[in-house]
Order: sequence, then C-alpha cells, then structure tokens
Amino acid sequence: MALSGLDIYKKLPKTNCGDCGVPTCLAFAMKLAQGQAELDTCPHVSEEAKSELMESSAPPIRSASIGLGEHAVKIGEETVMYRHEKRFENQTALALLLSDDMDDDEINKKLENITKIEFERIGLMLSADLVAIRATSDAAKFSALVEKVSKATEKGIILVSEDPAIMQAGLKVVADKKPLIYAATIDNWEKMAELAKANNCPLAIKGANLDEAADVSAKLTDAGYKELVIDSGARDIKGILADQVNSRRLALKKTFRPLGYPTIVFANEVSDDVAMQNMVASTLIAKYAGIVVLSELDAATLYPLMVERMNIFTDPQRPMTVEEGIYEVNNPTAESPVLVTTNFSLTYFILSSEVEGSRVPTWICIHDSEGLSVLTAWAAGKFVPENIAPFLKKSGIADKVNHKKLVIPGYVAQISGELEDEMGDWSVVVGPREAGDVPQFLKTWSPAGEKEESKV
Amino acid sequence: MPVETVKETYTGKVREVVLGSGEGEVKVGGQTTMPFYTFEGDMPNKPKIAMEVYDETEEWSDWAKEPFADVIDDPPSWAKKCQDTYKTDMVTLQLRSTDPNGSNTSADDAAETTKKVLDAIDIPLIVMGSGNIEKDQEVLKKVAEVAHGKNIAIGPAQEDNYKAIAAAAMAYNHKVIAQSPVDINIAKQLNILITQLGVSADNIIMDPTTGALGYGLEYTYTIMERLRLAALQQNDDMTNMPIICDLGLETWKTKEAKVGVDEEPTWGDPKTRAITWEAVTANSLMMAGADILVMRHPEAIKLVRNIIDSLS
Repeated sequence: MALSGLDIYKKLPKTNCGDCGVPTCLAFAMKLAQGQAELDTCPHVSEEAKSELMESSAPPIRSASIGLGEHAVKIGEETVMYRHEKRFENQTALALLLSDDMDDDEINKKLENITKIEFERIGLMLSADLVAIRATSDAAKFSALVEKVSKATEKGIILVSEDPAIMQAGLKVVADKKPLIYAATIDNWEKMAELAKANNCPLAIKGANLDEAADVSAKLTDAGYKELVIDSGARDIKGILADQVNSRRLALKKTFRPLGYPTIVFANEVSDDVAMQNMVASTLIAKYAGIVVLSELDAATLYPLMVERMNIFTDPQRPMTVEEGIYEVNNPTAESPVLVTTNFSLTYFILSSEVEGSRVPTWICIHDSEGLSVLTAWAAGKFVPENIAPFLKKSGIADKVNHKKLVIPGYVAQISGELEDEMGDWSVVVGPREAGDVPQFLKTWSPAGEKEESKV
Repeated sequence: MPVETVKETYTGKVREVVLGSGEGEVKVGGQTTMPFYTFEGDMPNKPKIAMEVYDETEEWSDWAKEPFADVIDDPPSWAKKCQDTYKTDMVTLQLRSTDPNGSNTSADDAAETTKKVLDAIDIPLIVMGSGNIEKDQEVLKKVAEVAHGKNIAIGPAQEDNYKAIAAAAMAYNHKVIAQSPVDINIAKQLNILITQLGVSADNIIMDPTTGALGYGLEYTYTIMERLRLAALQQNDDMTNMPIICDLGLETWKTKEAKVGVDEEPTWGDPKTRAITWEAVTANSLMMAGADILVMRHPEAIKLVRNIIDSLS
C-alpha cells in the first residue's frame, strides 16, 4: 500500500543535496508520497532503496496492455472491491477464440464478426476487443493463422499455446503488435518468460489452481516481470468466482503481489453452450475479470454484454451525459411537439425510449446540465430559464417547427412563467413529471391542439 | 504453496422471509454472505424466480407474447402455465390494467383476478399494483382481503402510500414490498416507517426500483450492494430484508427488447436480443444481491436458472 512521506524519507540518502530540484530529502519524500515527483530524479538513491520504493509505490493490481495504438486494450489497475468505493477502472476486455484446427469458412466468418459487430451508444463505439488464437498442432499452422488474423484486424491478439517453440513461431509474426502470451505454466515458465522478455510482451500465467498460479507468478514477479495476467485454472463458474474475489481481495487488502495482476477467464471452457458462456461473461464483468474469452460473437448477445460492461464500469461519481442538441424521435415535422430536458444520459434514455414507444413524432431538445437530472439541475442552477432560453434560441429549433410551444418537465413547473419571459413569443407548457407519463401526454396534447391545459 | 485467502467476516444476516402457505411455502433470503460467496458464508436459499402474469399486455412485442399465446387473455391459466410448464418458484401478478392513466379497471376486478389466480396455483403469489399512489391503496387493500390466508406479497408500498398498503398487508397477514426510488436512505427510512406501523421487519421485502440494463442498471446495482453490505457488515437490521427486483417490466419496455431488424439491422436477432437483455439484467442484479427476480420470458429464465445452479 502507499507509503507515507516519512517512510520514504527513511530510505533516501538524507543528504539534502538538492540535486533532485527539491531543497531537502524530507520535502522530496513528501512530494513522492503525493505522487508529485519521480524517484528517478534523485541521482543518489541506492538501487536497493529504489527497488523497495518502486515496489511499494506500485499499484496493488498492476495493469497490462495488449495491442497497439487506438486498439490497445488496458486491463487491471483496479483499486476497489465495490464500485461505489471509487470506481472500476479498466473494463473487462472481451475476446473471441479462433483455433488453428477450424476450417477456413469458420475462421473467415468469425473474423468478419470481430471486425463488423459494433454498436454506438451515447457517442461511444462498443465492440469486442481481442482475438485469442489457439494452437492445436504444429507451429506452421499456428503462425499461418496468426498471420491471417493480424492482416484482417488491428485488434489485440492473445497467442494461446503452452509449447514455447510454437509460441515463438507465433511471436515471430506478431511480436511487434504486443500480443498477450498465454501461457506460462509451472512446467514452461522459464522459457515463456524469456519469450516475453525478448519480445517485450505481456505474459499470462495458467495454474492448475490459484495456489499454483500464485507460485508461478511469484517466480516471475521476483524476476522483475510486471505485465502479467492470471488464469487460476478454474473452469467452473463457482470456482472462478471464488478465485476472482479472493485474488482481488488479497491484492487490495494484503498487497499480495503474486496475485496483484489482472485476470483472464476462458468462458468457452466453462460451457460449450454459447448462451451460457454469455451468462458466465455477464457474471464476470460484474465480478472482476480482466479478460473473458468467448467462442462466438453474435450481435444479439454481445450488445447486452457490452452495455452491462458500460454500466458497471461507469464512474459512479460522474454521471454519463449525452451531447447538447436537438434529437429527432419518430421523424418529427414542423407540427411536432418540442420537449426540453437535461443531458443526464439516463434522463435522455428513458425519455427518448418512452417517446419512441408512443410513436408520436417529437423533437427533444437536450440542454447541457452537466449530467444532472431535472430536479437536481434546476436546484444547481444548471436547468433554469437564464440558460435554457439561450440554448433553445441558439439550437435553431425555431426554424424546424411552425409553432411556438415548448414542453418542460413537470418537476420544474415553477420556471414556466420566467421561461416564457425569456423566450419572447413562445408559450411554455408544463408536461408530466415522470417520463412514463409522457406517451399519454403526447397522445392527448399537440402544439396545434386546444387541450393545452388538459394535462398539467 | 497454498495461498492464504482473506475471509470476510460478516456479522449480519439477511432476514429469511417465507411466502405462500402450506405445501407451497417458499423461503427467500437468509444468507450470511455476499451473493454466491459460498466460500465464506451460507446461502441457504437460492435467488427465486417470480414469473410475471399480466392482466393486460398492451404493446407487447411478438416475441414477448409468443410463449403465452394460448393463455395471454386469461391470468389464471397463464399463472398455471408458469407453475406447471415453466416451473417458476412464484408468480407475480402485474395489475397494469388498474392504472388510472390506462384502462383504469376497478379494485374489485383486480381482487377477482387475484382470487382466480390464487385458485389456479399452489406456489406463492406476489401482486404488484400499477404504481399509481392513490389507486394502489384501494386496489391492494381489496387484493389483500381476498388473499387472506395465502401469505402473498403486495406492493409497491411507496413513501406516499405505504401506510394504507402496509396496513392492508398486516390486517390480512401478507408481506409488504417497500419500494424506494433508487435511494439507500429512503429504503432504510421506509423500512423503519413500516415497522413503526406495527409490521414485523420479517414481513418486509425491499424493492430498490429496478433500472434495466442500459437504463440505470448501475444505480440499482450499487444501491443493492450497499444495502446488502450494510446488512452483512454493519448488521443493520433495517436494511437486511430480502430484495426483490421487478425487472421484467423494465427490461421489456426498453427499445432494445422491442425493435425489430428493420429498425436496427446491426443489433442481431430481436428475440435473442430481448431474451439476453432480460437475462443479463437479471444476472447482474443477482450478483448485487437480488433474492427475488420478477421475470417474463421462459428462455431468459432458463438461462438465469442455469447460472444460479452453477453458482450454487
């Protein structure tokens, strides 16, 4: 766990030479403790102190990066057991398994799935992250598939073989793309470690059980390896859950280094049934997996998993937002009603889903309220006439409709008079409080209709 | 070398609540650990599925109606099918038609439907009103009366109508479902208020208000985790009631469970998508502490059952 300034000071040379740019060793130690300085700037610190300090200042769960550039996937660096304590940092990466004994048709179809299946949600593109390539027989067959995959996609690669010679053949093809080497075992770890070192790639460890994985990990940790990924060997969901919880707890609560790494789970080995693999993945997105490997990607089942991942890994302290602007629902026309609300993503999602369900063509104007919901935004002065009116004028909604009626959420009924003053010749109509009542409202009220007062 | 794992010591326990009567009794809750952490505590009762039966199915997608095509206009037959064909643990009767902003059917009609459903099944029944503050008081009072002796659960009892609903539950020996708006403080406060009316804390089930996958799931998830941690770690006896998640309704009204291939060609097969949407919502909430999952589709339920069995 993090050392205090005084703990660090004890390991410094205590000469107050100032070569680091800070006048005293104590002041430098304080800066280190706060993460405002780098130990490397002290030219006199002993190697021993350096390694001790580096080790203790390292995050309790290290990160690993697979792949390059915009497709690089970072996992690990988690700091809490429950998301409300802070947040979950790096979302579970989803990988598709290819095997060199599959026929060309199957491989081509799977490659197409990994590259084509993607979803857009609140301005983010969601898709699977990695391709795992499994060797089943010889090096030539394996490296041919690795080559094919690496040409077909820029996504990160996991090379799956416990035979160092076959692994070497695969690495020859893609080492420069920083693949994850899977796996070092109790029997081959020295050779696999050499390959990881020589090619500067992250290395996964596979144990027969958590104890063995920790043993191998301890050896590699002692040898200075930092980018490790752990497979505890469990292949039943009950055992996997226990290993995930126990590893994270040991790493976070006891700073147990051998298990202070992200994890990988092969859902495809838990069940042959694709729908069941999906449920396993769903469980492990919530419960701590760094990577989950699946045998199939299907848009209909991948989308829900992607959204679960997005939900679970959202920062609980920072609401998700949608972009300010005009949103068209059900192809609105000049006669369609105009609603205004805040840009809290949940407000937007629920309102737009209700409006969509009503099938009434509608304009929804989303005002940037810094992600606050209607009532909170109003209370914080982020959804008040002084900023709603300028937004609406600037938005150009007046040019899109042939009426001047604006519907506001029922929760801010009190602003209707003032908003009318700010909006010039527009009249403001108070809509329902709850999104669930909006469809009913839209069915009984229209900008042209006489029933303006019918539903307040 | 064996790894020495750190066991969490929980001082509290989730209350065990019994629903139903006679041979059909079902227990929920009772665990001394976080969901499925059986390596450090007990989970005497697995999460239970309470399959939905509606008195109205306006605007359901074809793939939602499909399994119930033969019973969809008859709640008692529907409930029986859930019990006999789909082997559900319990049935949830959703009285949507009572909504004053919808069909506005009478409290007497609702009571009649409840009675018939009760006669058709042996397993426990949960009855949910439309969520309308005023109407639910009237409806659930009548429902409680006709269900006397059956030990059902009625709800949602909210901050603004809990008195009438809890009183009805108490008068006829039922359980009350206390619904809070995704707020841990209100959840606890509501439990306190209901017990102050004289309802035993062992007769309360908490409904934290369910956000479906993509529609606030993470808020419900975290409120549930915090409620459960308060119960287990701090031994808080006003947050240790079993949790119900009314997720069928919330899941199936999302766009993702409803739209076809024509509207969203890249989202895959709509039926599979909708079923997975429900299954993943249920599974996530279960990992946060749900004891009763109110669900709709038999195939989603099958998936959730499988994972429950594998995790237990």
